[in-house]
Amino acid sequence: MSAVLAAVLGATLAGCSATGGKRAEERAAKAAQGRAAVDTPRWTFAMVTHSGDGDTFWDIVQSGAKQAAAKDNIKFLYAHDVEGNKQAQSVQAMIDQKVDGLIVTLAKPDAMKDVVAKAKKAGIPVITVNSGSDKSKEFGALTHIGQDEVIAGEAVGEQLNERGKKKAVCVLHEQGNVGHEQRCDGVKKSFKGEVQNLYVEGTNMPSVQSSIEAKLQSDKDIDAVVTLGAPFAPTAVKAAEQAGSKAEVDTFDLNAKVAEALQSGKLGFAVDQDPYLQGYEAVDLLWLYRYNRDMLGGGRPVLTGPQIVTKDDAKTLAEYAKRGTR
Amino acid sequence: MSAPATAPVQDAPDERLMHRSHLRRLLGRPELGAVVGAVAVFVFFSVVADSFLQTSSLSTVLYASSTIGIMAVPVALLMIGGEFDLSAGVMVTSAALVSSMFSYQMTANVWAGAGVSLLAMLAVGFFNGFVLTRTKLPSFIITLATFLMLTGLNLGFTKLIGGTVSTKTIGDMEGFESARAVFASHLTIGGVDLQVTILWWLGLVALATWVLLRTRAGNWIFAVGGNSDAARAVGVPVKGTKIALYMAVAFCAWISGQHLLMSYDVVQSGEGVGNELLYIIAAVIGGCLMTGGYGSAIGSAVGAFIFGMASKGIVYAQWNPDWFKFFLGAMLLLATLLNAWVRKRAEARK
Repeated sequence: MSAVLAAVLGATLAGCSATGGKRAEERAAKAAQGRAAVDTPRWTFAMVTHSGDGDTFWDIVQSGAKQAAAKDNIKFLYAHDVEGNKQAQSVQAMIDQKVDGLIVTLAKPDAMKDVVAKAKKAGIPVITVNSGSDKSKEFGALTHIGQDEVIAGEAVGEQLNERGKKKAVCVLHEQGNVGHEQRCDGVKKSFKGEVQNLYVEGTNMPSVQSSIEAKLQSDKDIDAVVTLGAPFAPTAVKAAEQAGSKAEVDTFDLNAKVAEALQSGKLGFAVDQDPYLQGYEAVDLLWLYRYNRDMLGGGRPVLTGPQIVTKDDAKTLAEYAKRGTR
Repeated sequence: MSAPATAPVQDAPDERLMHRSHLRRLLGRPELGAVVGAVAVFVFFSVVADSFLQTSSLSTVLYASSTIGIMAVPVALLMIGGEFDLSAGVMVTSAALVSSMFSYQMTANVWAGAGVSLLAMLAVGFFNGFVLTRTKLPSFIITLATFLMLTGLNLGFTKLIGGTVSTKTIGDMEGFESARAVFASHLTIGGVDLQVTILWWLGLVALATWVLLRTRAGNWIFAVGGNSDAARAVGVPVKGTKIALYMAVAFCAWISGQHLLMSYDVVQSGEGVGNELLYIIAAVIGGCLMTGGYGSAIGSAVGAFIFGMASKGIVYAQWNPDWFKFFLGAMLLLATLLNAWVRKRAEARK
């Protein structure tokens, strides 16, 4: 009997990994659990973004929003759609449910104009996040929380100048995204060297890799690759290795892998716009507005970035990135 | 040369058993048009892009081709068998996700996750084939439904289990290094750095070609795609053949998925949508008929190669990227037209 048990146990153990995995995570887990800190009525706030399915960036925004919602005793709803008109429909659905506050992105401003006006008419306060700082006020939102994409791009260009780069390629993973174009335009504006745009298929990682490889092989003078999203940075590093290129890879946005790659020196720097803060602040400001009619910055855009993250900062941020809040 | 061979059966000589000249046999091959198209695309980019002919560039193009080609092989067989599979693109992502999440959540050896993933994918393939043969609904509907369900499951499960939309890193787990060696390593052959997916691809093409041309199963595939009623009448296991073909797609999706996982270590749950069309495009360029019963595995490989050359050649040629998709579409259209033209001429000469 015990022999059978030992055999079974042995077999189970043989199939296990002694390193990494969930067990390691649980061992290291220091959950950032939240409880309501106030006894204001349980208001309902809704966030509707232009995120595609399964986007890590918006995951972090949501985790910030949920954290603030837990603290402020808020019921938090979330919806998203890449297409402008469907995003507007979702906003309309939230208005129909008579939510107490709305958080929207204005990546496709024209599609969103009418519903934002409708929300205002229905007496629902609106805060815009992430994209649309220039239209936010005009559409009647209380304020905008996010980073100015052009300014963020310029920060990258300046950083590249400091690092003595001459020729950069800007990797866009979503053709037709205004924010992406603005980022690369920003880089172009401040960078003294030459910048070329490279469009890749963001939903197909091997294709992203081979396209960057092809670009680096076709132009040996390229000494910097700038990716616009964190998941694409490690892929760009692989592509540079494979193409035998010495180009440094830098990226917009942060995640656990990027933090790790920054520490090991595989990446030059990352420009963080702190998505956690965008979600957290949006909910918290709406709460403050409902509770006390407060508005930070007198209604002018509240910037959450750009923040240049290099090797030294990465060490402290890696832990937060791992738990999905940076 | 055109004298009839002695027929091994008692019936009158069958035209399929007649000897034909090598040239005519060559002209009758389904992949001939694609080969001509591939040569045209190759010459074109060799002329317009300076760096296209470097050996390192060739290995990049081959890598891009192989990631499509591995899936184009079973998709081509399936099309010869008269069906297609719209769930093939996201199935690759599912395969990677199941593997990664099982290993991570159970803290199991990476190979254990890969094994579970293989079983899960074969089950999905079986499901596709079984529902198709049972309900007799068009494969378009069945696999579209599977496509949508898998897309939802990928996102839903990843988020439910891991809390975020991408998987956790398994790069530090046991078995990862050996799995990476199998699915995502590089080899240096004659000074050229080649990705291991190229070998998988060539191996699968060879295997599929052997099955198609040298085995009874190959005959069944052609028969099922050509006329399934007639095939059933002469005793071909139509249902079994179709189910097996869907399972072959699932198996290759598993291989591609493991490559994705071992290569990038973290998988994002929203990936893979749209790739199923690339596989079908590669098979069609390679000479598979949309109606079934005709095509080849080598053709699908040539089709994938054309796709790889066109998509990366545009980068090598340093064309204005705003027009990228247009050039890609035009290249594909031209290649397919050329392919159709050559095939028509070849068939007219028979």
